This record gives sequence, C-alpha cells and structure tokens, in this order.
Amino acid sequence: MRATRATARRAHRLNPRLALAAALASISTDAWAHAQVGRASGFLTGFLHPVSGLDHVLAMISVGVWGAQLGAPAMWVLPVAFPMVMALGGTMGLLGIPLPGTELGVALSATVLGAMVLAEARPPLWVAAAVVGVFAVFHGHAHGTELPAGEDGLLYSAGFVVATGCLHGVGIAIGLVHRWASGRLALRVAGAIVALAGLFFVWRLFR
Amino acid sequence: MRRMARFLPAAALLSLAARAEAHFITTGLGPVYDGIAHLVMSPADVALVVALTLLAGMRGARAGRTILAVLPVSWLAGGLAGLELPAAEGPAGATGACFFLVGALVAADRNLSLGVVAALAAAVGALEGYLAGSSLLATPSGGLELLGGLAALLVIVTLVAGAVVSLKVFWARIAVRVLGSWIAATGLLMLGWTLRNAR
Repeated sequence: MRATRATARRAHRLNPRLALAAALASISTDAWAHAQVGRASGFLTGFLHPVSGLDHVLAMISVGVWGAQLGAPAMWVLPVAFPMVMALGGTMGLLGIPLPGTELGVALSATVLGAMVLAEARPPLWVAAAVVGVFAVFHGHAHGTELPAGEDGLLYSAGFVVATGCLHGVGIAIGLVHRWASGRLALRVAGAIVALAGLFFVWRLFR
Repeated sequence: MRRMARFLPAAALLSLAARAEAHFITTGLGPVYDGIAHLVMSPADVALVVALTLLAGMRGARAGRTILAVLPVSWLAGGLAGLELPAAEGPAGATGACFFLVGALVAADRNLSLGVVAALAAAVGALEGYLAGSSLLATPSGGLELLGGLAALLVIVTLVAGAVVSLKVFWARIAVRVLGSWIAATGLLMLGWTLRNAR
C-alpha cells in the first residue's frame, strides 16, 4: 500500500524543467522586426576596440602600473583623469580635427610610460598627470578617427571607455606587487619590456 | 528524455520572442510593464539617472533624500509635458552634454550645495522626462507607460542613492569617482558622435 502511494506521488510530481519551459512558452508574443538592434554589438565592438591594439594595451596597463608605483593620490587621479582626456582626443578625431603625429604619439606613449615604470620615476603629481594626459589625447584621437559609422554611439563609447578603464585596473592590480622588493624588480623589468615594445612601434612607423 | 529536457527550455526561450518596435518595448504584460522595460532597457536614461544619483549620494543622506523627491517629480512633469506638447527630438547632443556635465561633477567630487544638486537634478530630470514623454506620443497608453517608467526610475534612484550614501571606505568613493569619469568620457564621445552625424 505504501509502495503504491509512493508511486502515485512520483507520478504526480511536477517536472520542474518541463514546468519552466511550459511557463516560458505560455508568455510568448508575436515577433516584429526593427528594434533594439546593435546594442550588444555596439558595446562589444567598443569594448574590443582598445583591447585589439597592443600599443594601446601596453600604454593603458603602464598608466595603471605607474600609478600604483606612485601610490595615492596618483594611483586614482590618473585613472580618473585619463578617460576624460582620452574622450577629448576621441571627440577631436570624430570631428575630423587634425592632430599631427598621432601614430607617433601613440607609439611613443608606450616608450615613455614604460621608461617611467622602469625608472620608478616620481615627478610631481601635475607632471605625471600632464604626461599621461598628453598621451591620452593621442590615443583618443587615434581611436576617434577609427570609430565606425552606424554603431550605437552611447554603447560603443561606453564599451570603449570601460575597456580602457579595465586596462588601467589591470595595471593597478599588477602594480600592487610594488610592496615587495621582488615585485618592484619585476615591475621595472616589465617597464623595460614595454619601453622596448614602444621603440619597436616607433621603428615600425619609420620603416 | 535528458535530451528532451535540454531541448524544451531552449524551445521555450525561442518562443519568447517579443514584439519589437522602433522606440518602445512591448513586454506583452501591459503598458505599465512596457514603461518599466522602456526605461530599464534604455541605457542612456538609466546611466543618466544613476549618474545624478551618484552625485547626490556622494553629498550625503540629505542630498540623497532630496534627489529621491526631485528627480522623479521633475521627470514626471517633463514626461507629461512631452505627452501633451508636439513631438520634439530635443536639442542635438543634449543627452551627451548631460552625461558629460554630471559625470564630470561626480569625478571631481566637489562639495556642491544641496540647492545646486537639486536644481541640476530637476533640470536634467525634466529634460529626460520630456524626451521620454515625446517618444511615447505614438503609443495608445502613453500615460500608463510613463507611470511604469516613473516606478522604475524611483526604484533605481532609491537603490543607488542608498548604496552610495552608505559607502564609508575610501576606495569605494574612489570607485564612484572613476565611474563618474567613465560617464563623463562616454558623454563627451557621444557629443562628438552627435556633432559628426549632424554635419
């Protein structure tokens, strides 16, 4: 008798997956076209744009690492200032305002920022912000000129800015090893590698 | 049976395809929910509301409470005006400029007075509400959709303001400032984008 009851309970037990599927299917409506297109692609395309260029990646990470070496307040002033100055350059690029030597500026940014990390340079905060800001304009201009037409302006821009900010975050996270002697050495070696990569980018421009 | 169990949710999700239109979202659950979805699925609206709330939240509990009253009321007033007045697109680049202004203020973390924060929230809220109302002109139940949008806005403002006001640790405040700089940078790029397209 008990076995029969258990069998009956099992037979009446609702399959949760089936119930969920049925519930979801029951709220379907008719599908029309033309809306909300380009949203994911806009953000993702913008997000992937800065990550796709090694020169940009190295420079952004170096900004974070240098900020971590300098400590507070530079550690957060540089990542707060950089996106806005970069966007200024991006706006110039979007509007077609020429900036001489953009590619050279981008290539040199890796060299100079790598050298700063290598030397553990400690200039006054305004000098560090100015160095980073000048290169931010070049990076922004290069990207602003390349921005594809037809993308969702807001989401593309947001993806672009968030990716740049994340690269800074990666740099700061790497730079936190600065508290250990071996970490400081490793950061200086990394700075030397970035500076050499920057020289390679410069050489490639004049090749 | 296991294959079937995997297939069924996928089929159900495919059947969820909702009616999609150019400027508003149809959930199939009625105009109030459509209004909620419209606001929540509009990144520009959400980001601006979040930015304004971050700005107020950083100025303390009093400013947080003020924006909780000012922003929804101004947004509703603007929305009702948008529903009544002839459709308008609003000044080109207005959203981008608002993004830049509010984001830069969050990034700068200046000690703004309560009146300035409230005035800014009222102006931006009215403008964004007006644009939202105008976009609902073509819908049969624009008023109810506006009400849904208002409910969503109220929830966002409450949650964000509460979260920011309660931030005590130093790095959390820095994170909010970084977020503000991202919003400002996005606004500046949007402005450039708008100006390029206007040419």
